[in-house]
Amino acid sequence: MTVLDKEFTYAPPGLAGSPVPLKERYDNFIGGRWVAPTKGEYSVDVTPATGKSITEVPRSTAADVELALDAAHAAKTAWAETSTTARSRVLNAIADVIDANREMLAVAESWENGKPVRETLAADIPLAADHFRYFASVIRGEEGSISEIDKDTIAYQFHEPLGVVAQIIPFNFPILMASWKIAPALAAGNVTVVKPASPTPWSILKLMELIEPIVPAGVINVVTGPGAEVGMALASSKRIAKVAFTGETGTGRMIMQYAAQNLIPSTTELGGKSPNIFFDDVMAADDDFLDKAVEGLVLYAFNKGEVCTCPSRALIQESIYDRFMDRALERIAQIRQGHPLDINTQIGAQVSTAQLEKITNYVKIGRDEGAELLIGGERNILPGELAGGYYFQPTVFKGNNKMRIFQEEIFGPVLAVTTFKDEAEALEIANDTMYGLGAGLWTRDTSRAFRMGRAIKAGRVWTNCYHLYPAGAAFGGYKASGVGRENHKMMLDHYTQTKCLLVSYSPKALGLF
Amino acid sequence: MEEGRVSATPEALEVIERLSAQHGPLVFLQSGGCCDGSSPLCTRRSDLFIGPNDVLLGVIGTASFYVDGDQYERWGRPRFVIGVSPGAGDTFSLEGRDDLHFVTLG
Repeated sequence: MTVLDKEFTYAPPGLAGSPVPLKERYDNFIGGRWVAPTKGEYSVDVTPATGKSITEVPRSTAADVELALDAAHAAKTAWAETSTTARSRVLNAIADVIDANREMLAVAESWENGKPVRETLAADIPLAADHFRYFASVIRGEEGSISEIDKDTIAYQFHEPLGVVAQIIPFNFPILMASWKIAPALAAGNVTVVKPASPTPWSILKLMELIEPIVPAGVINVVTGPGAEVGMALASSKRIAKVAFTGETGTGRMIMQYAAQNLIPSTTELGGKSPNIFFDDVMAADDDFLDKAVEGLVLYAFNKGEVCTCPSRALIQESIYDRFMDRALERIAQIRQGHPLDINTQIGAQVSTAQLEKITNYVKIGRDEGAELLIGGERNILPGELAGGYYFQPTVFKGNNKMRIFQEEIFGPVLAVTTFKDEAEALEIANDTMYGLGAGLWTRDTSRAFRMGRAIKAGRVWTNCYHLYPAGAAFGGYKASGVGRENHKMMLDHYTQTKCLLVSYSPKALGLF
Repeated sequence: MEEGRVSATPEALEVIERLSAQHGPLVFLQSGGCCDGSSPLCTRRSDLFIGPNDVLLGVIGTASFYVDGDQYERWGRPRFVIGVSPGAGDTFSLEGRDDLHFVTLG
């Protein structure tokens, strides 16, 4: 990403000239209508850019979850019986309306999450639209199967929707992560009750405003509120047929436990501590590839490090460490941190005070355990109205893989760097983690890339690239990083069950009785 | 068993006491991973299965505090101090209902 040569800052939602119309208060989206929370309570939704209020959203309770489940159950049969042609048309229409409102959604999401608008304009929102198109497309090609067991006995396998599913969305990509979950569920013929993340409930409601005329009532329902109230009531409900969750391991355990108690399937994506490995041959020439590799390291700051696959452990071959890190640190020092709606901002604000506090705490832990601070390490107090925002400097530590900052996901712009001698040691360090979501690999030697890529215990190994999330590339975790995959048509299996009609065309009895 | 490896600040103890009066017996599990990953999760005892791979680090207020054994080793067997801060986290932890979140310090 290069800094643009023009200056422009979008007006925040609700202000004159902003692409985002803003109401003082929003309601839950249930059964195609805007429904006030049963108890009438609302919470303030804050922008991390300034720490000030954006609007109010429902502080829902279990009763509101029941209303959403009522609406979903009322809609499930008609949607399941809707032809794939018609379902596909709805998904494409959602994609079209997202594209047509790209700036509005990008500005809303940036303002609510704190991420730079250049990321939401270029990645989050276009990718969200593309995910709907991908699942609109693959569902048309989906087929059951027929097995001829013998001349007179045929097994017909059908994919049938599960019914009402629960989907709990993380705060880091509010609209894109919702799209990752909603698109395959709907394509496969399910209806959904969505619980947005507590820090980012509103931008999804802006998306609901757009799709309200497109999606049949009750097919998508959104209920906002605390995880301990709304999330728990939804995930533990006897009225759901599946639960999908992205978040931390503790809540992930509870989700899987509720699913076990209700004997339903779950998919979970629980984060990682992704290694990003740089072999000495990246410096064999001073060319575009080296430049790409340096950027590949700096991508730990993408979305302020609030990414499950944040490449937060850089493993650099000893022989190039000094030269490579000099370049990387120079690039990191140039990162522009500032107003999320400034199109030139490269890193914005952390999503909440809780996250800011956690990052600060981990930086202290890093210092206390003897890691060497190479850059950053402090909260960044920006001038003017941004002074109350939750900004943290891009930070790099050097240390070793046994340190806590190498073992735990910090979910901030904090990189832990270490060195390795050879391929064997690189692999050992890469796999020495509880997690296995992502990994990055940089080398000009394609044989080594293949060997390493197959040996790393992670669900996604980016090879000579990082942070690409195209629809059609399976995404999900090994080890403690969760169960299931997203972003690929195999997800249709996660959102369907198999019906086998086993039919005998023989008039003859078995002859047993 | 690794009892005595966890303590709580007076503010956190006060919140635990209040939650306990409201919800009944509580248990803590140290979380990890994505999003609010390093948060301690506080829930009703009946809402969490404690497994054979969980390590009991001690009791804060009336609540037992557990951590996954592998995670505990990988974190270098730290001594945990549990605090509480304003603002809800994004987990199923009970104090989120009161716009608070427990924090693992140290």
